[in-house]
Amino acid sequence: MNLLSVSNLHVNFHMKERELAALIDVSFTLNRGERIAIVGESGAGKSVLGFSIVNLIGKPGYIHSGSIKLEDKELTSMNARQLQAIRGKRIAMIFQDPMMTLNPVLTIGDQLVEAIRNHTKISYKDARSIAIEKLHHVQIASPEKRFDQYPHELSGGMRQRVIIASVLLLNPDIIIADEPTTALDVTIQAEILQLLLAICRDNGVALVLISHDLGVVSKVAERTLVMYAGQIVEEGPTLEIINDPQHPYTQGLLNALPQMTLPGQRLNQIQGSMPSLAERPSGCAFHPRCPYATQKCKQQQPDFIYSGVSSVACFLVEDMLNEFADHDQEAQ
Amino acid sequence: MKYPKKDLIQPMSGSRWQHIWSGFVGDKLAVMALIIFAFYCIVALLAPLVAPYDVKDPAFMDLMNAEIAPMWISGDPRFLFGTDAQGRDLLSVILYGTRLSLTIGLCAVLIQATLGICIGLAAGYLGGRIDNFLMRCADIQLSFSNMMVAIVFLAIFQSLFGVAMYQQLAMVMLILVIGLTEWPLFARTIRASVLAERQKEYVDAARVMGLSSKRIMFRHILPNTLSPVLVIFTVQIANAIVAEAALSFLGLGMPATEPSLGSLISAGFAYMFAGSWWICVLPSMTLIILILVMNLLGDWLRDHLNPRTYKD
Amino acid sequence: MVIFILRRLLQACFVMIIISLISFAIQDKLGDPVQQMVGMTVSQQERDQLRNELGLNDSFLSQYWRFAQGAIQGDLGTSYYYKEPALDVILDKLPATLELAFSAIFIIIIVAIPCGVWAAIKPKHPVSRLIMVVSSIGLSIPIFIVAILLVYVFSIELNLAPSFGRGETTNIFGVWESGFFTKDGLRHLLLPSMALAIALMPIFIRLIRAEMMEVLQSEYIRFAWSKGLSAPRIYFKHALKNTMLPVITVGGIQAGTLVAYTILTETIFQWPGMGFLFMDAVNRVDTPLVSAYLIVVGGIFVVTNTLVDLIYGLVNPTVRLASHGL
Repeated sequence: MNLLSVSNLHVNFHMKERELAALIDVSFTLNRGERIAIVGESGAGKSVLGFSIVNLIGKPGYIHSGSIKLEDKELTSMNARQLQAIRGKRIAMIFQDPMMTLNPVLTIGDQLVEAIRNHTKISYKDARSIAIEKLHHVQIASPEKRFDQYPHELSGGMRQRVIIASVLLLNPDIIIADEPTTALDVTIQAEILQLLLAICRDNGVALVLISHDLGVVSKVAERTLVMYAGQIVEEGPTLEIINDPQHPYTQGLLNALPQMTLPGQRLNQIQGSMPSLAERPSGCAFHPRCPYATQKCKQQQPDFIYSGVSSVACFLVEDMLNEFADHDQEAQ
Repeated sequence: MKYPKKDLIQPMSGSRWQHIWSGFVGDKLAVMALIIFAFYCIVALLAPLVAPYDVKDPAFMDLMNAEIAPMWISGDPRFLFGTDAQGRDLLSVILYGTRLSLTIGLCAVLIQATLGICIGLAAGYLGGRIDNFLMRCADIQLSFSNMMVAIVFLAIFQSLFGVAMYQQLAMVMLILVIGLTEWPLFARTIRASVLAERQKEYVDAARVMGLSSKRIMFRHILPNTLSPVLVIFTVQIANAIVAEAALSFLGLGMPATEPSLGSLISAGFAYMFAGSWWICVLPSMTLIILILVMNLLGDWLRDHLNPRTYKD
Repeated sequence: MVIFILRRLLQACFVMIIISLISFAIQDKLGDPVQQMVGMTVSQQERDQLRNELGLNDSFLSQYWRFAQGAIQGDLGTSYYYKEPALDVILDKLPATLELAFSAIFIIIIVAIPCGVWAAIKPKHPVSRLIMVVSSIGLSIPIFIVAILLVYVFSIELNLAPSFGRGETTNIFGVWESGFFTKDGLRHLLLPSMALAIALMPIFIRLIRAEMMEVLQSEYIRFAWSKGLSAPRIYFKHALKNTMLPVITVGGIQAGTLVAYTILTETIFQWPGMGFLFMDAVNRVDTPLVSAYLIVVGGIFVVTNTLVDLIYGLVNPTVRLASHGL
């Protein structure tokens, strides 16, 4: 059985005038101990997807339809109390900006211990020793001292370590990391990423890494989902996707990586920008920015097909596959 | 969504005001508040024409008519709102009182605004030590409540001039004291706006073109700080009217011979225990409704013009 | 921490010097002490001599210096009306005003915090809407009208509570006349403290709601939810403490308003406190009493503001570090 399976998830934003679709028909699965990545530009709905898994989208967003199953338990129909038992204990989250994620008026220790004591009946003393052990685990020097400090006394990288420690406290099955390194210095980014990877591998924790950076993703995730305008447009093993991207959007993302350009050359940006929720184009949402767009792309939504490399929703790929198939038939 | 777009707010254009206006017409509460406020203004302006009696007429005060209940109770058709302890028609007195309260409020806030805008512009534009000093003054001024400062100063002036002399000067003193004590609110908001506007390119552009700093300030920055000033202006008039009423209530404001709403309420309070509640309650209601609609308008403006106003 | 306190003290001294200058100027300019001391029969020459003896012909600064020295030793002049040291007269009335103010603050705390928090947690709930509508209207009702309405409804119409005076008091510690310990005293306290509380309440309810809503949007609250914490823990442990920081600051700013409002409340309810005394003194042109009141209130004011800053520092760990560093 899959550890987590999301199927046909629709998330809407309830605005004054109308409903805006933030996620459209999103489906994917996650196995125990697997590391997947969700990639896309900002505004693609990656974070919404991450938050909707634990039903924390925040107003005015809400889950319109679809199902999210943790093993055999349906998360979308759970009440607040049942969700509380899942959050932190089975599915934990790491947020983007470590500067904003810790409560400024509570000590590090307070915030760690409360997470443990909230889910398990254990004395403060035991909780404290677990917390200090985990702080040690994420390579924080002199954890006893840090335990009594306030967040503002720690650097950004240190805080992200504390957050990772707090996520590990209860040995969750899944960690959802929403751009965990974006707000950090480049030098610290790699350290934190290594730490996260090591922790997931050592403890068999499944990871959902949300990122806009394919470079980061390639180091960590086994499988990658590419999102555009609230939909998944391509899904497949990370290596394959990076070596042979099928969807024009994925190609664009890869080309835009600084590593892909020669020194002195202009960065290969994708033309245009992500449409806002209210101005979703018809047909394939990517068509206004797609160099290969045809009339068909403007009118119809492509279905998912397996290209031999990855699953992809694009008429271009579909047509090509059909052509190959025709050739094959002719050849026979 | 995570990376909010850079601040691209353009200087207020005609279409933006149009948009705000159409939003305003859609909001029933706001429209009602504006209509009531307009009604108050018109009535105050036309008080000499609208009032059933001339308050300056010596025959206006007639003790024979003292403490007649409003028409719907006493059935006396001469006095719609009844009469006060001196036999004055309450409706006429309230009309004139409203006129006086609004005038004092408006004038006081005009002083506040002029002072605050100049200080705010200077602080925000010149920056450095001047800015520091002016804002420190604003902090100290704000930490003393304006009401307390006003009470103290008016009390001092009253003892200084003697009650009789003071009563002749009351209106000017009220306007001055209320006007001079609340400038920091304007100054801080303007300063914040100026600091935000200064970052924008058109100020640099204007400077590059060789325009003087004074010219830049008044021609370019001032129009852009219009919306926060409008919000504070509305709310501050309401506050000034309340302050005036409170001071008059304490006997430090308008005298009973030339009553504002506050002094009417103050005079009426004594008769409440005697059962003549209307002398006190009707002016109170007039005042409450006036303040309420002004606060509603201010709230609406704050929500929809969305300027950078200070919370305190 | 030491620097922080020193800086506060310096600021306090500065404010006190300004206040004392103003009070001295009042005493100097208003009312001629010679006129007050001697009868009509005394000749001009004798008066001049008396003026010299009293030092009234010295320069402004040296007179102020004498005044300040006296003030530090607790000598703020003698009330013309009471013929007693002004400071004693005022301190005599201090308990009444403090009890009134504390009762009002107590009411505000126990009502405004739950209301503001509730309105922030459930913004669409009918009760929240009611709270907001009532506090919007309340913001528009000046305190003296609140007081008048309370008197009218509870005292005149329903006859539930007395509308003036302090009622029976008991003497505690030999110096403090308290109305807290008798039923009569509490009944008298009811309307004035309610009027004061109601007048200041809407600001705090609206502020607490706005701040709480902002805090609830923050990332650290979202993170707390993602840890699976219970709703009460998030609201009251994580959010409320952050909410209270700006509320404390505004509370400090409102201290001045509170003083002004006690004057109004005490006048309406004839509450025998400092504010009532002050208005009396103004009407009687009892200048030593007026200037003594200014100094005492200024002192209380400076102390409150310093206290508020200290409390802020205690609640907000960021401030504490800043003072460690210094």
